[in-house]
Amino acid sequence: MIWNEEMECISRDDLKELQLKRLQETIKRVYENVPYYKKKLEENNIYPEDIESLEDIKRLPYTTKEDLRRVYPFGMFAVPKKEIIEVHTSSGTTGKPVVSSYTKEDIEIWGEVMARGLTMMGVTEDDIIQNTHGYGLFTGGFGVHYGAQRIGATVIPISTGQTRRQIEIMKDFGTTVMIFTPSYGLYLSEVAEEEGYNPREFQLKAIGFGAEMWTEEMRRELEKRFNAPAFNIYGLTEIIGPGVAMECPEKDGLHIFEDHFYPEIINSKGEPLPPGKRGELVITTLTRVGMPIIRFRTKDITSINYTECGCGRTLARISRITGRADDMLKVRGVSVFPSQIEKALLKIDGLQPHYQIIVTRPHLMDEMEVKVETSAEVFSDDIGEMMKLQKKIEEYIQDEIGLRVKVTLVEPKTLPRSEGKAVRVIDKRKF
Amino acid sequence: MKIKQISIFLENKKGRLWKALNTLKNASINIRALYLADTSEFGILRLIVPEPEKAKKILEENDFAVKTNEVIAVELEDKPGGLASILKILKDSQINLEYIYAFVHEKKDKAILFLKADDIDKTIRALQDGGATILTPEEVYEL
Repeated sequence: MIWNEEMECISRDDLKELQLKRLQETIKRVYENVPYYKKKLEENNIYPEDIESLEDIKRLPYTTKEDLRRVYPFGMFAVPKKEIIEVHTSSGTTGKPVVSSYTKEDIEIWGEVMARGLTMMGVTEDDIIQNTHGYGLFTGGFGVHYGAQRIGATVIPISTGQTRRQIEIMKDFGTTVMIFTPSYGLYLSEVAEEEGYNPREFQLKAIGFGAEMWTEEMRRELEKRFNAPAFNIYGLTEIIGPGVAMECPEKDGLHIFEDHFYPEIINSKGEPLPPGKRGELVITTLTRVGMPIIRFRTKDITSINYTECGCGRTLARISRITGRADDMLKVRGVSVFPSQIEKALLKIDGLQPHYQIIVTRPHLMDEMEVKVETSAEVFSDDIGEMMKLQKKIEEYIQDEIGLRVKVTLVEPKTLPRSEGKAVRVIDKRKF
Repeated sequence: MKIKQISIFLENKKGRLWKALNTLKNASINIRALYLADTSEFGILRLIVPEPEKAKKILEENDFAVKTNEVIAVELEDKPGGLASILKILKDSQINLEYIYAFVHEKKDKAILFLKADDIDKTIRALQDGGATILTPEEVYEL
């Protein structure tokens, strides 16, 4: 089934025409209503009337996370504040969070794109969706929620955690669709078995998963454990949240909703790359009202495919994200930047900010170890004191990134230095 | 009366203890007593050497985290009950020990007990009042 056949199966010519019209409107809107963009466009000597073809998008300046942070919290709003009915923020992991604002219309767009994606997964109004994505400032929970409501399916807004309860509900309510991060899904299946259930016997018809990097093996494992197909969901707070692109039953890339989000792929120098070439995904919102974003550098590495899909949809597909253009790590669905670890270490007197992050997936869940150098200042002859120090560092890091980590103290000057090509992160997980 | 002890932070990793001791060997520093305390994650090597300041400097030059602190050296009879008699004095004076380590000296039929407590002066007084023999640094180094 296709939720919006008119848009999802639109001819490329019609789509291009629509995209150009919407791009022109968007540029006009930001030029007139967002001083930050007005200045930026003028600095690049480009004006709304210069956008005559889709090709002209390449003349527009990029928007980075840094730009969004600079105007925190409301500097990117293109409408009066009273028209904003909801705000979300990114985790704020590398400084100020990025605020994402939504007008009533934006929330409708969000619901629409998620409804398209959920329909790709086979969700209908008869389904019961157990949404383990967190509700709150994080966009995950609400994005899925709006899509499910649009379709008319029943949502269980349980958020992450309460794992035993999740399993009880899956069984008692007869959940038919699960939304989770892959690692949480695997964990759920394990706990279910511990509780004496066979997750294959739950009546699941589909799984939607995202917010984390994964392998095809991981997908197959999830599908085997729950006896249901698993579909990839892509999105990001800066653009709208989950629902920017989603997988159809062909599972050959994620259809990006091009009538709302214009994708480009660029290399590290910022030059455009042709279809099929891997590079950084750049997205321009075409319909967003409250906070239009021009050429946002997502830092996500993917490629784009415009060839026709077996499902009948004409919308282009991006390949699953396999890397980042910056040093961000996704650990258990949480964005972690090495600089945050540094920040935490610097808060402890006498501790040097020399560290190494080791991420593994020993079993099903990501584990993060941080090696920290001892120094003469923090070294104590008392083992109890040293254990306390270790614990204190763990707490400081947890405060900073929101994840529990294991801290290992190592001898001074045994970790690589940041000068030159220091290896700060050792990611042993295989994607 | 107080003996300087140096403590060295060691990772629980192959070759680390050797490297610390080899650093001292290269500086011709002889070790009088040694005690390695460890957890599953790291170890603390405690050493009594005749030239603690020199040893500390050399270890630090070789990138070890080093601390010096003071312990008490008590001489005791190398026979059953020798250690117990010392511990009884401490117990009766309500002194909490952080750690102890003992060495036997073959020439003198004596053993030496190194001990570390919260209040080192109070501990020395208690031991003296209890009739224990406390050694000076020179006596320890010359053994």
